[in-house]
Amino acid sequence: MFGSAIIVFRETFEAAILIGIIAAATRSIAGRGLFIGAGIAAGLAGACLVAALTSTIAAMFEGVGQEAFNAAILALAVVLLAWHNIWMSMHGAELAAGAKQVGLEVKQGRRELSAILLLIALAVLREGSESALFVYGMMSGANLSVATAIYGTLLGIAAGAAVGFLLYLGMLKIPMRWFFSVTSTLILLLAAGMAARMAHFLVQADLLPSLKSPLWDVSAIVPMTSPLGILLHALVGYEAAPAGLEVLFYIATLAVIVAGMFLVQRSPSVAHTR
Amino acid sequence: MRHVLIIALFAALSGLAHAADPEFALTIRDHRFEPSELRVPANKKVKIVIENQDATAEEFDSHALNREKVIPPKAKAPLFIGPLKPGRYPFVGEFNEKTAKGVIIAE
Repeated sequence: MFGSAIIVFRETFEAAILIGIIAAATRSIAGRGLFIGAGIAAGLAGACLVAALTSTIAAMFEGVGQEAFNAAILALAVVLLAWHNIWMSMHGAELAAGAKQVGLEVKQGRRELSAILLLIALAVLREGSESALFVYGMMSGANLSVATAIYGTLLGIAAGAAVGFLLYLGMLKIPMRWFFSVTSTLILLLAAGMAARMAHFLVQADLLPSLKSPLWDVSAIVPMTSPLGILLHALVGYEAAPAGLEVLFYIATLAVIVAGMFLVQRSPSVAHTR
Repeated sequence: MRHVLIIALFAALSGLAHAADPEFALTIRDHRFEPSELRVPANKKVKIVIENQDATAEEFDSHALNREKVIPPKAKAPLFIGPLKPGRYPFVGEFNEKTAKGVIIAE
């Protein structure tokens, strides 16, 4: 049972971290709980669907459909995270000041929350489909009872969710004047990490060249299997031995999002509406 | 940045056109890998074609190789690795870690 719990936990953990950070970052937008919940529900349904379609997806693009599919989901998630961060840098100050009751704001808040819903659904779908596949395989195997498999799965999900919830509670403790800097930095690094992950899949599928693999290897210092390595991987996309293309995607994503945040903050049209 | 990406894309496409990476086969049967020791050339990109003959999905997982790939039941899928430095790179089938173990030896 613990074996299955650990595998499910590993998959749940990364999605839970993303949800924890997003839930904290959007805390001043009215009605966000509903959208986050709906995102998780849609993601779980999507995960089961993807797991059921595994053979079909994997067979696409001459056997690298799985990598292409993962890369596409990650690309969309990166765009949504970028949009979120840029939106927050435009409206964060007003939201913090309690200006959210303005009609226009509510409408824009809805659009932002729809993006959040999609983002969370994608994260849950991506991480959940492997768990669904694993649990299904375990149940159809003779060596484990269905009840044991279900307990293990639930335990794994509960542990993963607990991590996300603790992260969320911890972030709420951050003083308001630093809150937006901390959340936007975390989301920025999360997005860059996902972009690097996308590059990883494209290299694994041989769709793009690795541009030297690995570019460096520090697995002797912080192994990917160590608790610190796992945490850093989920939070900032840490890779002990990244390919050149991963590093390139990471830096490019950082640069584009930071430039976007900087531009909207300086843009005169935004200054007018304030 | 855009130029780098375009160049990278063209390099990838020309790579696909040549597509002469050495190819190796790995089979999953009864939740075990065959062969459990696979020798591949070092310092070269290598294509491993993994065939899963079992009725359940398996995930090829290797931290040393930095690779993770689900192989659906009764299916075949390619996995590209390397160029590798000479050495031993252990891997497991994550869904059946007790029996599904192996190592890729680059030399």
